[in-house]
Amino acid sequence: MANLDDLYREIILDHYRSPRNRGELAPPAHRTEGFNPLCGDEIVIYVQIEDGVLTDIKLTGHGCSISQSSSSLMSTAVKGKPLEHVRATIATFKDLMMTRETKLGEEATDPSGEANLRRLGELAALAGVVKFPVRIKCATLAWNTLTQALDEVDA
Amino acid sequence: MTRFDPKLVRGDIPLMNRVINGRPITYLDSGASSLTPRSVIEAMDRYYQFHHANVHRGVYQTANEATAIYEGARESAAHFLNAPGGSEEIVFTKNATESFNLLARSWGAAFLQPGDVVLVSEMEHHANIVPWFQLRESHGVEVRFIPVTDDYRLDLSNIEESMHGVKLVSVTAMSNVLGTINPIRELANLAHSHGALLAVDGAQSVAHLATDLVALDADFMIFSAHKMLGPTGLGVFWTRQEIMAAMPPFLGGGGMIKDVSTDGFTPASGPSKFEAGTPPIAQAAGFAAAVRYLEGLGMENIAAHEKDLTGDALTRLALEFDGRVRVIGPPDTEARGGVISLDVQGVHPHDVAQVLDQFGVCVRPGHHCAKPLMKRFGLAATARASFGPYSLVSDTDALLEALTHAVEMFG
Ligand SMILES: Cc1ncc(COP(=O)(O)O)c(C=O)c1O
Repeated sequence: MANLDDLYREIILDHYRSPRNRGELAPPAHRTEGFNPLCGDEIVIYVQIEDGVLTDIKLTGHGCSISQSSSSLMSTAVKGKPLEHVRATIATFKDLMMTRETKLGEEATDPSGEANLRRLGELAALAGVVKFPVRIKCATLAWNTLTQALDEVDA
Repeated sequence: MTRFDPKLVRGDIPLMNRVINGRPITYLDSGASSLTPRSVIEAMDRYYQFHHANVHRGVYQTANEATAIYEGARESAAHFLNAPGGSEEIVFTKNATESFNLLARSWGAAFLQPGDVVLVSEMEHHANIVPWFQLRESHGVEVRFIPVTDDYRLDLSNIEESMHGVKLVSVTAMSNVLGTINPIRELANLAHSHGALLAVDGAQSVAHLATDLVALDADFMIFSAHKMLGPTGLGVFWTRQEIMAAMPPFLGGGGMIKDVSTDGFTPASGPSKFEAGTPPIAQAAGFAAAVRYLEGLGMENIAAHEKDLTGDALTRLALEFDGRVRVIGPPDTEARGGVISLDVQGVHPHDVAQVLDQFGVCVRPGHHCAKPLMKRFGLAATARASFGPYSLVSDTDALLEALTHAVEMFG
């Protein structure tokens, strides 16, 4: 049985109550909006990119504890990192949401999953979300929006 | 008629035996879809086991039986609603949403001119908004909204001024978010005094309040079987015979024609004109059984039972959470049904519903397909609990217990 404690880990509640990197960045920072029409969650991401490094990131918007903490955790994980590193973190996180999603019900013995968890550090707190399939979209909203932001800056 | 024992009603609902996360289910989502009594399931079963055949034009015995079942459901609906013109005024659709599309695409497209106004309200379900916006795109009608007051009521203070150009007033009998019961008879008088018609969204009201179409004096009534103890897949569209006769067909195909040749077609008359293709026959059997079940309990009794539950829940919600749980809807049972939307301070509705699920408590988080209303009150979503005839005070106990945990968890 999926347990609530798997979902609402202390780190998640902490980032929900005191979200990091909240706010806006003035242009030339890039602004991208993300939207989950199912539950009405909204996120706005501002990214500042200089010489291939994501030097600053800020977030506004509203949503459930999972979407809010996921975006807050994401911001701390990617801020100040080279873009390749940011993209790799996004891929690892989304992988975590996917691999677990397809292995629903099984215990998380998948070695690549464990490696993912180690690489993700604090973000691994969100691993329990995959036991609650309807909440995966909440957790991935910020990440999909960040991907979109990076693609827009690239274009 | 004496009040029924809700515990016995609960005993008639097989799904009430479910255990969720180690606890007996606390089903508080009847506003989204009601649970199904055994007699309704059995009526559909009987159709499949003994009478399964297509309806109309059959000559053999089971086809005649299937037709009798299907047409009998029309009679049941007419009786249930006290339809002035009887069963010939009942059209079966797929759901309330399709019924609204039928209203807009058939009656609306035929009788509304560019600039004519459809007056809906800010508390409508998207099913009673989007088809009118679509008609605005295709036919240039105007869609106007009756505002909602801070007390969660229709703001009728300036309604006379808003009636200019209105050809149809289309309003819900009971809000699926606020629980507000609207003054339908008053709106019928208003519409008629301005030469307009009145459509009523009965999706939330028909299972909870007695419906008397003669007394309401409405012109269209729309609802779904699955919110009134019936099956999914069947909706009802009612209108007066003379209006129905003037409405052009909506969907085309078999069953809705009088004649077809290589030159064209002549539509059938009566409800068949709007029932293209094989209709929901098993669902009609289930729907008729649901009507029998509701009539057996007595709609007045159901209303009284749910009023008691709602009053008790509203009082306790107001007392027990130090203002951290706000009810988005009227604070007492005056002109109000058993739909209770909650805004829990500091806890997102999705998280509320998630924690409640752990206790086997089923409530619905979200915008409830009423985004204009959400916007009106500055909310993205609420967590909504709603009662049915099988609901008990113990359901409210479970709700409050689980809510206490949700509030504590997010501190
Ligand atoms: C007030 C109201 N109108 C219309 C509908 C649409 O019903 P359905 O989804 O069965 O078409 C609903 C239910 O979702 C409702 O609550």
